[in-house]
Amino acid sequence: MSIKFTEEHEWLRVEDDLVVVGITEHASEQLGDVVFVELPEPETKVAKGDEISVIESVKAASDILAPCDGEIVEINDGLVDNPALVNDDPMEAGWFFKMKLDDMEQLETLMDEDAYKDFIG
Amino acid sequence: MAELRRTGLFDLHVELGARLVPFAGWEMPVQYPLGVLKEHQHCRQKAGLFDVSHMGQVIVPLSAIEALEALIPVSIAGLAQGRQRYGFFTNDAGGILDDLMIARKSDHLFLVVNAGCAQADIDHLRAHLPQVTVIEDRALIALQGPSAVAALSRHVPDVAQMRFMDVAEFTWSGVTLWVSRSGYTGEDGYEISVPDAHAEGFVRALLNEPEVEMIGLGARDSLRLEAGLCLYGHDIDTQTSPVEAGLAWAIQKPRRTGGAREGGFPGADRILAELDNGPARMRMGLRPETRAPMREGVMLYAEAEGGAPIGTVTSGGFGPSINAPMAMAYLPADTAVGTMLFGEVRGKRLPCSVAALPFHPHSYKR
Repeated sequence: MSIKFTEEHEWLRVEDDLVVVGITEHASEQLGDVVFVELPEPETKVAKGDEISVIESVKAASDILAPCDGEIVEINDGLVDNPALVNDDPMEAGWFFKMKLDDMEQLETLMDEDAYKDFIG
Repeated sequence: MAELRRTGLFDLHVELGARLVPFAGWEMPVQYPLGVLKEHQHCRQKAGLFDVSHMGQVIVPLSAIEALEALIPVSIAGLAQGRQRYGFFTNDAGGILDDLMIARKSDHLFLVVNAGCAQADIDHLRAHLPQVTVIEDRALIALQGPSAVAALSRHVPDVAQMRFMDVAEFTWSGVTLWVSRSGYTGEDGYEISVPDAHAEGFVRALLNEPEVEMIGLGARDSLRLEAGLCLYGHDIDTQTSPVEAGLAWAIQKPRRTGGAREGGFPGADRILAELDNGPARMRMGLRPETRAPMREGVMLYAEAEGGAPIGTVTSGGFGPSINAPMAMAYLPADTAVGTMLFGEVRGKRLPCSVAALPFHPHSYKR
């Protein structure tokens, strides 16, 4: 299974023709307890780097950027009622949204797990 | 940048896995591995231990009471021995230079001031008072929460007899502790000044109690905000008067119009006029209607669209005990509790209602 990472501490996991996007355990630890998540609308077209989601922790608000060009097809409604999922299970139940990428090749520009581990030192 | 100062408990914070951040020139624990939410809840349910050694501890002689009353609009002469009062230094414009605690002990007054203002406060005191002693060799810790009395009284039995805002000295393992039954979380609890050399041993003894966990500055902030208490530099500053800030309760009758020691403090004209006639704006609570926190700086509007802002959030965040976002802001004084307003968050006006303070009830042992 292929999992990729961005410098913004998002992970992207390929599931069939979609990618699931969330934030890394490292990011969730740095943010502290998450108390609010604002997700994008499904069927929104996004460009890499767009601020499409907001995550508020006990400390501050942070933007989640679109990791690639594409369209949001599904969001994790469970986060709205239970933002703590981002801390409790960031890599699985705490996913943010699923995207259909314009070009799956864009994934190749992102970091693999080893490169991300080096990145966060 | 100047090097950050460290409290006598720094090594213990590191050992306990604290995340340390710069705060008012000090390197302080913002949270421990438990995390802000759980630390907050632990303090409300059992007992939380805070290192507040960054705060300034100052001693002035009893002979300085009159001079101190010339800086602070509080009845210090009326403060009984063994009691403490909340107060504030004011400026000539009636704004607040800092808020502080003033305790009357047997042969001196003991002041505790904010870390960020400590040097300015000390300079201010030295300019007006003959004898100002800054305590540099004592840690200050706070033990807060419903189990604080049980945990502390196992080591210092007599603290159980104290009531809210009492101050006293006790001996623990041959060490003199300066104790007040007070704090800044809305909970019952104590603040304890202990010599640096014994601070770690004392804190470890308290941490051995099953009810006690270390709590960082993150939860200290959400606890005080739920309790509706002001944070200097945010909710109160040189521009806000104590009356606007809802702190008129701290100005006792003898210092008010018609009182025995009426006025005679910086900014008395404005402060007495506001006490007599009411201020134009007041600090109030806000409850956002959505789950999105409204943080410091959020502009508030009377309408969902258009119009000029009527106030700005001075402190805001998420309240773990109320399980909802909360904020404080200055609003026109005639704004009623329950009034619906709109806070502009990320370009969107989100509804919020004006709420009574505190958000979470105080449980002081009066």
